[in-house]
Amino acid sequence: MNLTRRGMLKRVIAGSAIALVPFGAFAEWMEASFKADSYSSALTAMGSEGAVASDKVTLKAPEIAENGAVVPIQVSSTLENIESISLLVEKNPTPLTAQFKMFPGLKPDFKIRVRMGETSKVIAVVKAGGKSYTAESEVKVTIGGCGG
Amino acid sequence: MRIKAKLKGDVATVKLLIKHPMESGRRKDEAGNVIPAKYVTTVTGHVAGAQVFEVNSGAGVSKNPFIQVILTGRAIGDKIDFKWTDSSGATEEDSVTLK
Repeated sequence: MNLTRRGMLKRVIAGSAIALVPFGAFAEWMEASFKADSYSSALTAMGSEGAVASDKVTLKAPEIAENGAVVPIQVSSTLENIESISLLVEKNPTPLTAQFKMFPGLKPDFKIRVRMGETSKVIAVVKAGGKSYTAESEVKVTIGGCGG
Repeated sequence: MRIKAKLKGDVATVKLLIKHPMESGRRKDEAGNVIPAKYVTTVTGHVAGAQVFEVNSGAGVSKNPFIQVILTGRAIGDKIDFKWTDSSGATEEDSVTLK
């Protein structure tokens, strides 16, 4: 390894920055939200009850998914001060599927593939400035992806 | 994991493909026994020690998760370190260098 003074300093600074945030808000997996077994209880666990629909949230999902095991979803938003972007599948056993956290330099535009057990609404919930905004899309599933 | 990154100007589009069964805990094996839940719960991304990405996930993410992330303000030579952790505590790390 090539150890220069500058390189060492960088490493020391980076190391101490990590040490200062010991599993804070970022490192926590929100068990109550991810294990909530209904859409409304997931929203409550996330602190997003009373979320309102917004045209500044865009959810792209197929109208018909032939295979519920792999449903491609894209979510993006033009809202300011975004804290997190969550994806929920209303009729899945545990609706909350993914929650993206925001960082400087991270574009609020994500793609992910989700499982759907049956035809359901997919909802994107964007938390921004302490409020929650949603966009939703209905996906028809012809073969479910959650059974055995 | 497989990582593909494309840099255009200062915008990096990164595609992650994680090899993972994403067992939801609701499937049964041939003998009728429930296969215990085991799924990726967190994926993080760091550049030079600074966090740039994090997603928390549940049992509803597809098997062999695919995630696309877009990072701005990036440059050639930036190394992005990704790491996933699953519900059993297993982890895997991999990185991509922008070119």
